[in-house]
Amino acid sequence: MGKLQRLPDRHRTSLAGGATLASSASPAAAITVRGLGKAYATSAGEPIQAVSQVSFDVAVGEFVSIVGPSGCGKTTVLRILAGLVDGYVGSVSIGGRVVHGPTPDIGVVFQDANLMPWRTVLANVTLPGQVLRLEPKACRQRARELLALVGLAGFEAKLPGELSGGMRQRAAIARALLHDPRILLMDEPFGALDAMTRDAMNVELARIASQAGKTVFLITHSIAESVFLSDRVLVMSSRPGRILAEIEIDLPRPRNLDVVADSRFANTVLHIRRLLEQTGGNPRVTLAH
Amino acid sequence: MTATTEASPLPPKRRLSNAQRQVVSDLALTATLCVSAIATWQALVSFGIVSRLVLPLPSSIPASLASLIDSGALLDNLLTTLAEAAAGFTIATGIGLALGALIAEFRVVERIVYPYLIALQTMPKIALAPLLLVWFGFGLGSKIAVAAVISLFPILVNTIAGLKSCEPGRLDVLRALGAGRWDCFRLVKLPNALPFVFAGLSTAVMFALTGALVGEFVGSTQGLGYLIVQANNLMDIPGVFAVLAVLCVVGTAIFGAMQFARRKVLYWAPNEE
Ligand SMILES: Nc1ncnc2c1ncn2[C@@H]1O[C@H](COP(=O)(O)OP(=O)(O)OP(=O)(O)O)[C@@H](O)[C@H]1O
Ligand SMILES: [Mg+2]
Repeated sequence: MGKLQRLPDRHRTSLAGGATLASSASPAAAITVRGLGKAYATSAGEPIQAVSQVSFDVAVGEFVSIVGPSGCGKTTVLRILAGLVDGYVGSVSIGGRVVHGPTPDIGVVFQDANLMPWRTVLANVTLPGQVLRLEPKACRQRARELLALVGLAGFEAKLPGELSGGMRQRAAIARALLHDPRILLMDEPFGALDAMTRDAMNVELARIASQAGKTVFLITHSIAESVFLSDRVLVMSSRPGRILAEIEIDLPRPRNLDVVADSRFANTVLHIRRLLEQTGGNPRVTLAH
Repeated sequence: MTATTEASPLPPKRRLSNAQRQVVSDLALTATLCVSAIATWQALVSFGIVSRLVLPLPSSIPASLASLIDSGALLDNLLTTLAEAAAGFTIATGIGLALGALIAEFRVVERIVYPYLIALQTMPKIALAPLLLVWFGFGLGSKIAVAAVISLFPILVNTIAGLKSCEPGRLDVLRALGAGRWDCFRLVKLPNALPFVFAGLSTAVMFALTGALVGEFVGSTQGLGYLIVQANNLMDIPGVFAVLAVLCVVGTAIFGAMQFARRKVLYWAPNEE
C-alpha cells in the first residue's frame, strides 16, 4: 500500500478468511451481484422497494463507482455488500463466496464518519485492530502513517469532537484502511470535504487503490470524481434503483488532475449527466465537486 | 475562590476576565442572600414572632454542633450513616449495572423481568423500610438494604437506557468487521452508555444517603437519622438543625465528588448541566 508498511505477515494470516479468499479469487470477480432486490418495511405498513434487479460485477483490483439520484438505493447496495443487511432477493458474492455476513476482507467507509467520541483520533483508527486482535504496536504505527496519509498528522491525540466534519471523514477513511482490506466499500467518503482537499484525497485514493491492487466500490455524487477515479461507472436510476448503464472509463492511468482538460473526460462526464437527467429524481448529482 | 482573589495583595493587578467577574458577583449575591436570610430568621425568633420550639435561634446552632462534636457523637454516627449508604450504594451499583446489561442485551431477560421492574418502579420504595427492618434486623443490615433498594432503580433504568441508546451507525463500524457481541458491547455500547450510567449514579448516591437515614428513622440506635429522631423527641430543635447542617455539608461533598469523577471519566462528553 504505497509508502505504508504492511502489517507483519503473522498478523495478516489472523484475518481469518483473508488469505484464502484472495487465492480463490484468481482473475475472477471480487464482487458479483445478480438480480438484487431489497424492500424495506416502513412504519406506514406497505413496503418500500429500495432497489430491484440490480446486477453487476467488480473484478479484482477494479475501481467501480456508482452514481445516482438521492434515495435511489446506493447505500442499500453497499450495506448488502458489507453483509450488514439481509432480507434481500438475488445473490451477492464477495471473492466467489456467497455473502452470509460481514467479513474482515472488506473495509467500509460509511456515509457518516461514525467515530467513537470517547476515543482519540488515533484510538479510533486502531479500533479495527482491536476487533481483529491484531498486534497493538504494529496497529498504532500503521494508524500514524495512515493519518499522515489523509493529512491528519498531529491530530492523533485529539478527540473527534475537536475535529471538523471533513477531518472526521478522513479519520474514518484511515480507519477503514487499517487492517489492509482487499476490498474497499466507500459511501460518499469525500462529501464533507472542500474542493481542494477533495482533489488531493482523490489523487491519494487513486494511488492507494492502484499500488495496493485494491478493489474499490465507491458511491459518489460527483460525476467528475467518479470519472476521474474509476475504471467503470455504474449509473443508477431513481427508486427503485436499477443499473441504467455501465460506462467504461478508458482514460490512461496513472491519471493526474490534468485529465479534466482531456476531451474524453469532459465527454464522459456529459454523457453520464445526460443519463442522470433522463432518470429524473432529486438532482443531487453535480457535474463538478 | 473569592477569598483567594480578594485576599491576594499582589501589586501586579491581575485583571479579572468577564467570566471571573461574573462568578465573583454571583457568589457575592448568594452570600448576601444567605446572610440576610439568617438575619431575618434570627430577628423573627428573637422578637418572638416565631416560637423557639418551632425554630431555634440560628445563633444557638453552632453551640449544639460543637457539643455534638466534642462528645464524639457526631463523628461516630456520621461514619455509621456513611458506611450504610456506601454499602447500599455499592450493592445497588453492582446489581444495577449487571441486571441492566442483561436486560438491555438479552430480549428473553427483558421480557421476563420487565413487568416486575415496572411494577416495582411505580411503588414508593420507602414503604418497604419497615418490612426490611423485620427482615434484616435492627442493626446495619436493614439500613443497607433500604439504601440499596431505593438507589437501585436510578442506576438500573439509566443503564438500560444508555445501552439501548447506541447509534446504529457506530455499531455498524464494528459489525462490518465481523465483531462479536461481546466486542460490540465492550467497545461501543458500554462507553456509549457511560453518560447515562453516571447520571444514574449521581442520583443513586443521594438516594442511598436518604435510604440510610430513613432506615435509621424506622428503628436504630446509631447513625445521623437516629440522632435526629432522638433530638426531636427531646425537643432539642437546635440539635436537629445541627445534624441537618452536617447532612447539608455531606451532601454537597458527595455531589462535588461525583462531579469530579464525571469530569475524569467522561472527559469526552459535554457536561449535562
Ligand atoms: N432502514 C431503512 N428502513 C426503511 N427504509 C429505508 C431504510 N434505509 C433506506 N431506506 C429507503 O430506501 C431508499 C434507498 O435508501 P438509500 O439510503 O440506499 O439511498 P441512497 O441512494 O444511498 O441515497 P443518498 O444518495 O441520499 O445517500 C430510500 O428511499 C430510503 O427511504
Ligand atoms: Mg446513501
